[in-house]
Amino acid sequence: MAMLINRYPVWKYVLILLVIAVAFIYAAPNLYHEYPAVQIIGENSAPIDQQTIVQLKNLLQNASTSYYDVIHQDRSLLIRFPSTDTQFKAKEMIQQALGDHYLVALNLSPGTPSWLRSIGAMPMKLGLDLRGGVHFLLQVEVNTVIQQRVEGDLRGIGQSLRDERIRYSAINRQSDNKISVAFRTEEALDAAYTLVSRRFNEFTWEKQTTTGFVLQGILSPAALFQAKQDILEQAMNTLRNRVNELGVSEAIVQQQGESRVSVDLPGIQDTAEAKNILGKTATLEFHMVNSEQSALSALQGEIASTDSRLYTYQNQPILLKNQIILRGSSIVSATSGMGEEGRPNVEVRLGGAGDSLFTKTTAENIGKPMAVVFVEVKPIIKIENNQKIISYQTDRRIISVATIQSILGSNFQITGLSGQNEARTLALLLRAGALPAPVSIIEERQVGPSLGKQNIHMGVLSVEVGMGLVVIFMMLYYGVMGFIADLALAMNVVLIVAILSLLGATLTLPGIAGIVLTVGMAVDANVLIFERVREELRRGMGVQASIHAGYERAFVTILDANLTTLIVMLILFSLGSGVVKGLAITVTVGLITSMFTAITGTRAIVNLLYGGRSLQKISIGI
Amino acid sequence: MEFFKHNTNINFMAQRKWAAIFSIILFLFSIISLGIYGLNWGLDFTGGTQIQLRFVNEADLSLIRSQLETIGFPEAVVMSYGTSRDVLVTLVSKNKNAAMMDNQAQMEIVKQVTQALPSAKVEQVNYIGPQVGKEMTSKSALAILFALLGTMVYIAFRFDMRFAIGSTVALIHDPIIILGIFSFLHIEFNLIALAAVLTVIGYSLNDTIVIYDRVRENFRKMRKADVLEVMNQSINQTLSRTIMTSALTLTVVLALFFLGGSLLHGFSLALIIGIVVGTYSSIYVAGSLTITLGLHRQHLLPQQKEVDERP
Repeated sequence: MAMLINRYPVWKYVLILLVIAVAFIYAAPNLYHEYPAVQIIGENSAPIDQQTIVQLKNLLQNASTSYYDVIHQDRSLLIRFPSTDTQFKAKEMIQQALGDHYLVALNLSPGTPSWLRSIGAMPMKLGLDLRGGVHFLLQVEVNTVIQQRVEGDLRGIGQSLRDERIRYSAINRQSDNKISVAFRTEEALDAAYTLVSRRFNEFTWEKQTTTGFVLQGILSPAALFQAKQDILEQAMNTLRNRVNELGVSEAIVQQQGESRVSVDLPGIQDTAEAKNILGKTATLEFHMVNSEQSALSALQGEIASTDSRLYTYQNQPILLKNQIILRGSSIVSATSGMGEEGRPNVEVRLGGAGDSLFTKTTAENIGKPMAVVFVEVKPIIKIENNQKIISYQTDRRIISVATIQSILGSNFQITGLSGQNEARTLALLLRAGALPAPVSIIEERQVGPSLGKQNIHMGVLSVEVGMGLVVIFMMLYYGVMGFIADLALAMNVVLIVAILSLLGATLTLPGIAGIVLTVGMAVDANVLIFERVREELRRGMGVQASIHAGYERAFVTILDANLTTLIVMLILFSLGSGVVKGLAITVTVGLITSMFTAITGTRAIVNLLYGGRSLQKISIGI
Repeated sequence: MEFFKHNTNINFMAQRKWAAIFSIILFLFSIISLGIYGLNWGLDFTGGTQIQLRFVNEADLSLIRSQLETIGFPEAVVMSYGTSRDVLVTLVSKNKNAAMMDNQAQMEIVKQVTQALPSAKVEQVNYIGPQVGKEMTSKSALAILFALLGTMVYIAFRFDMRFAIGSTVALIHDPIIILGIFSFLHIEFNLIALAAVLTVIGYSLNDTIVIYDRVRENFRKMRKADVLEVMNQSINQTLSRTIMTSALTLTVVLALFFLGGSLLHGFSLALIIGIVVGTYSSIYVAGSLTITLGLHRQHLLPQQKEVDERP
């Protein structure tokens, strides 16, 4: 029955055609070019409504600035322009017209038609190296954290001295990194010196006996440098997490000097939101509500309470105790969702078994109210005498007051948020982790493709020439079969592009490298098959049997080879980061698609062309 | 079209002692070169000095590049920044501990650059930190280690332990030689070159498995042949495929090397070396090592089951 072996059932052809059609649709958005756009986001007090849109449309029409269209998505507005010149001009005009309560940012918006967008087809994102994007320079306030750290050490030193029964008369912090302890006797000074030089050896200690008995410690330069480096690295990790939350997979976060971090976001769509998320140093603090004192009388200044602080919540004054019973840094995960009665909430999980102080306090205060305070440090940049002066303003806002219902362990919920939007934002910030130090954006710039248009052009050209040569060579060497393999190769590239677009992956140069490798592997699969078919033909086997045996036998080899490479790539993906991850994604996708196109795809065409007929010869180059 | 004789019968394994010596020398040479010269780490790994320049007229990037090359900064990265008049020049720091580089050294570099580019005004000078943090380096190294272990387990399971060891040694052999050549020739090793080295691991593994697969098949077919014969026969049978695939992949990579511009140089060079070395190592490292390790027919034959045919 050799006649019937090389036939595919109809459903297989239908399936293959379906996959090809879907691949073309999802790869299609990459063919449309991008429009320069201006994105406008209103702050809470400045919503975007129909009136704003009409106002902006009139503004642009009066200035005879042509625009392509206006897209309104809940809190943001996107106006697309035909050229970058009009985009720049329009941005200035809009910012002036709307004022400071709106974030106005330049943006690139994909020109995908709406019917494609409606089925979720989006173009592949290009990395900063290929396409440019936004560049942020952030200032990390390391000194604030150093101060806190030295203060922590201060308490530690006091505690150790008390534990060892060494009496001191005063202990204080003299400057950012300097501690001084005063004693009444020389013996105490000597004993303290021996103790602290051993236990707190990150400080350089010095005895001073000219005016009393004073011990002075300065945080050594090496320790100071290390501490700053640690803060910066933690800040960078946090920023990386936040950027990932924004959906930019190949963002570049790097250190610039002693206290600066640069963040490059390739092709970011939501510049304004990125800025919002990056610049925030938000932490949560949980405080008990002080219900023993009247908040109203405190407001009138009657009681000057020392252990409480006055806040306003829902236009009502409220007193909170100063003690922080839980900090945002203990939070491991936070997810927004819908609670009972469909009200938005945030589900919070604490690390380990939770926080003992928190558990203890909530246990003692069941039925009493507790408040969650959202502490946000906002930078205020002023320009005086041509110099940027940055000051910080700490905003403390109660986001929720809830009655403690039970002893709170490692899992609990924050409810009473104003809306789903706030729940999402809060969960996002909590998840991304608290920044160890206040961070402010001191520079924001649109970056052109860093490698230069010419370089990219050359890179693309070389890939095209290389692939062209392979295509020609396959045809010359394997005849019609070679041509079929070429079709499969082209299909493979379309499939890779479609899947990467669907995954929302970012294409960078290493990613292109990955595609080149998979093209090589796809060709290899066909070479393996065709060589096997040739072998069987030479051995004198019939045409149909040779095709059948060639595919069957080569399949085992291809499967083994691809599976091992797949193992390598999956491990690189799960453990590696950045470039390594980017390469692993493209190769993994390419391996799977090449199995489909090089084996199933070519077989389908071969079966259609040669299958089920009595043949003496096929065009395979021999 | 056909390039190869139908039945090549080259005795590859006859040369395996010489090949082993060659491999060991090349491997040691690479290790020594890495020990003496180290790798010429790119900006991605070391960080460097970044100078923001503003030109009076539109800046000609390639002219700036050549001007910087003449004053001794051939590795300078020049890119336009924001507008066509703003240019960002990044210089790799030769000093390993660039974070500690003092201001004087930095000012010296800036002075040299401004002298070479008189029409530019310095806007800002920054130290730029490495893109690849400590965390990422250790994570990637761990990833590669686990990847090697993963393939070892798979090959041991699908083939035999001797094959697993042979392929793993080949997988270590190839990247070390690429790194050795990069180190010896002082070619900059950046993130894209790292991507190429990882790519080579995938490629070389592919090559090795194809030969192993044939060996497994031939052990079942050629009942009377000895191990050396089977290995030789398998390599010969897959030879046309090996050469075809290597040649086709090399074609693409050579196109990248000659037409792809300076950006892809490191990447394509690593791949060129990798394809040549990878093809060689699948025969003479992965293949011959399994024989040295005492491969035997029994290791690959399916387990004989005693079948009880009585009802």
